[in-house]
Amino acid sequence: MYKINKENLSALFSLIAEANELYVPVSINGAVNFAAWDEDVQVDLDTLKTVKSPKDAFFPQSETLYSCKRNGKKLSITPEELSSKDFVVFGMKACDVKGLAVLDKVFLVDPVDSYYKARREHGIIVSLACSQPEEACFCNVFGIDASSPEGDVQVYMIGDELFWNAVTQKGEKLTEQVKSLLADTDEAKVEEEKASIKAIVERLPYSNLSLDGWGEDAVLLDKFNSPIWEELYKPCLACGTCTFVCPTCQCYDIKDYNTGNGVQRYRCWDSCMYSDFTMMAHGNNRTSQMQRYRQRFMHKLVYYPQNNDGMYSCVGCGRCVDKCPTGLNIVKVIKAFEKGGNK
Amino acid sequence: MQRLIDRAKELLADGTVVRVLGWKKGDLGFNPEPAYFETAEALDSDFIYDGFCGANLSKYMIEASKKDGKTLVFLKPCDTYSFNQLIKEHRVDREKAYIIGVGCKGKLDIEKIKAMGVKGILSVEGASMDSECETLTVKTLYGDKEVSYNEAMLERCHVCKGKEHQIADEVMLESRDTKDAERFAEVEKIEAMSPLEKFEFFKKELSKCIRCNACRNVCPACSCRKCVFDSTKFDEATKANVDSFEEKMFHIIRAFHVAGRCTDCGECSRVCPQGIPLHLFNRKFIKDIDTFYGEFQAGEDTETKGPLTNFTFDDVEPSIVTERG
Amino acid sequence: MCECNCNHESFYEDTLIPKVGVVTDIRQETPDVKTFRVVAPDGSKLFEHMPGQCAMVSVPGVGEAMFSITSSPTNKEFQEFSIKKCGVLTDYLHAMEVGEEITVRGPYGNNFPVETELKGKNLLFIAGGIGLAPLRSVINYVLDNRENYGTVDILYGSRSADDLVQLKEIQEVWMNSPNVNVYLTIDREQEGWDGHVGFVPSYLKEIGFDTNKVALICGPPIMIKFVLQGLQEMGFDKKQIITTLELRMKCGVGKCGRCNIGSKYVCKDGPVFHCDELDEIPAEY
Repeated sequence: MYKINKENLSALFSLIAEANELYVPVSINGAVNFAAWDEDVQVDLDTLKTVKSPKDAFFPQSETLYSCKRNGKKLSITPEELSSKDFVVFGMKACDVKGLAVLDKVFLVDPVDSYYKARREHGIIVSLACSQPEEACFCNVFGIDASSPEGDVQVYMIGDELFWNAVTQKGEKLTEQVKSLLADTDEAKVEEEKASIKAIVERLPYSNLSLDGWGEDAVLLDKFNSPIWEELYKPCLACGTCTFVCPTCQCYDIKDYNTGNGVQRYRCWDSCMYSDFTMMAHGNNRTSQMQRYRQRFMHKLVYYPQNNDGMYSCVGCGRCVDKCPTGLNIVKVIKAFEKGGNK
Repeated sequence: MQRLIDRAKELLADGTVVRVLGWKKGDLGFNPEPAYFETAEALDSDFIYDGFCGANLSKYMIEASKKDGKTLVFLKPCDTYSFNQLIKEHRVDREKAYIIGVGCKGKLDIEKIKAMGVKGILSVEGASMDSECETLTVKTLYGDKEVSYNEAMLERCHVCKGKEHQIADEVMLESRDTKDAERFAEVEKIEAMSPLEKFEFFKKELSKCIRCNACRNVCPACSCRKCVFDSTKFDEATKANVDSFEEKMFHIIRAFHVAGRCTDCGECSRVCPQGIPLHLFNRKFIKDIDTFYGEFQAGEDTETKGPLTNFTFDDVEPSIVTERG
Repeated sequence: MCECNCNHESFYEDTLIPKVGVVTDIRQETPDVKTFRVVAPDGSKLFEHMPGQCAMVSVPGVGEAMFSITSSPTNKEFQEFSIKKCGVLTDYLHAMEVGEEITVRGPYGNNFPVETELKGKNLLFIAGGIGLAPLRSVINYVLDNRENYGTVDILYGSRSADDLVQLKEIQEVWMNSPNVNVYLTIDREQEGWDGHVGFVPSYLKEIGFDTNKVALICGPPIMIKFVLQGLQEMGFDKKQIITTLELRMKCGVGKCGRCNIGSKYVCKDGPVFHCDELDEIPAEY
């Protein structure tokens, strides 16, 4: 266990940035999102949750897969270079780190997505314990410990100090790079902090949310055919806010961008909430917003767990709770089914 | 609030309406959702109307107009402008709506309270319609905090269009004067910037855009059945923010599409997850329209043709009468 | 590692990166269906596949879509796609000339169980319109390995005689194969047609097959619905009936989420499903 005074954070960041690309939570006119660090950005480690989850460091909102050029009848294809430089994402919370585990089960299973894999291999996660969990947090419901986030290095911010604990080999390597700024310390303060976080988590309004009836053993068609969906979806605007702020949503679209000198085939985040998501030349198999709304939550709470040994595709970060323009969210879905007796 | 519930129950009971469109209590005390109520029991247990009921219900009336029977809808003064505009555009059916114009004391923005550094909010007291609306007591996981009601209000309430409902079958509850800023002050500030400063300002704001479409989907003026941005023939511009150019195009094109029809209801800025002041685009158009064609407020009535759809030989040529920079 | 230093372990390592294919032959099957023959630029076959599998065909700048491979794996020279004109991409493909290059990636999805469950069985193929495309792959596979299968009955119908796909092959090859019965039908009377007239499901009832068969069906949803009913009335069990699903797909490998219904991804877990399996997933297809 090491520590560093918060005053030296900027020095720490520049040292990390010497050998790695560095992403940190950055505030732009009040909105905090992960962004590339440089000396001019306004780093914000106090805001608990970035608006967007940091998943786009590994699965960018938009990325070119390959370029195509046509020369008469001939075509040539040039794959995009894969990520080959180590990068550090500093300040990921426990829920967001777990979000990557959810994405891994999609992108790292055969056939492996090489774009994502390259970023996972080169990405180093410095996770930050949540000293002040907030009202919309319910990561504990999914067995996530906000006081001890996974990652390559765990960091705790206590008072004026930042405590640094390398967990993996990647973390050890990063620690070596910045050791000149770190001082040895014991774990007493961190243990105290962990206990304090755990006590707050117990008092969170959603901490006792029950997942009974969902997951691997859910009766899929009972849930699917429940009339409760019809009650729940109505205020839904069919926007993609919940999807795009979510650390586990992974649906994407593949599209062409005509550069005027060839075509870049890129992929971008997509949302099952959008009306054209399943639209094809001869029709659409989900024509109503109720169906699309149901798809999103069934996927997170039933389909994904049934395909992945019970692991939920929700990590309880609460971003959808915070950000839905009409106050809908996954917690309301879980509660409505509990109240409606469909367990 | 009980008066609203009682009146809604009466109208349901006497068959005037078959459903009520209002707001339903959230589970955190500050996240109500727009909702339909069809029974007295549902109204009793779930209906709420307080400072957090910012959602403009006018757009939901497009769908409600397609249903059988009348819908009772609660509209705040500013929401009624949107409703009128939707009538004008033949998107809603006046005959299918029973409108209770509901008073408004200024709507609250939970994001503003959070931005004051208030964390772990469990409940907010002082947001109800019968409170003085001076101070909010915010109960949090980390102790109680006092917050000024006015400072926690949505931007649009500081430039409130007034307490009058533009359309209603009856009006209930008192409204409060909340206007304490000039509507075009922010726009003028930007107009005073150099072109480069303007560009930097919008680049910074729009770089936050995640193309979630919340602004478009909540907008009462965006009622096209198929949006140009959802067209399969417009491939490169949809969904992805491929680069900053695309982001700007989306918002600028949208501002053009709603110009002259936007009532300045402020929903776009309210719902933006990234807090982009999207209303500034629309308000700039409104200001320009006022300058070129005389003051015009979309949604004031259901008949007057908007200046952009009403050509006259006296119309100015904007590029001639004003210098762009 | 490929020459361009892109760090892809091999050029085509990522499943999302397509191969270039040359269209070497285009046959006009019906007024709105063409069959495209595709090989690699060096003349070799693009990849090996099994009957029922699909591939992503694309024209960069126009679009990319999933099509079933209509040629049989027993064909060692090329792949064929029978494509109906019904959208932006297919419009472009229909206007294309021989020699033009397109991109192809795949094969994707599961296949008809020709090497397992279907071996030694009597087979009944029922197709409507362009639905013959995936079944043609199986039929030719079966005919090329004739000794491995029992009787073959093919019931195929279309809107009109002009809309019957692969008519030449049906008449010249399938009808002349041993132990193969072909039943053709068109929806409405037409000059010059002396064959059967009527919808596929009603013709099916008229013929009345015995149940010692596995039925493979493909066609428009409404045809599948009534054929399924008809077969069950004849005593077929749902386990004996195999069909294919078609949904919007983008990645082809069960990741982009588009063709997800229930716990299945049609591109990866399908497109071939036994009808009893369909009862277990939400009816969103």
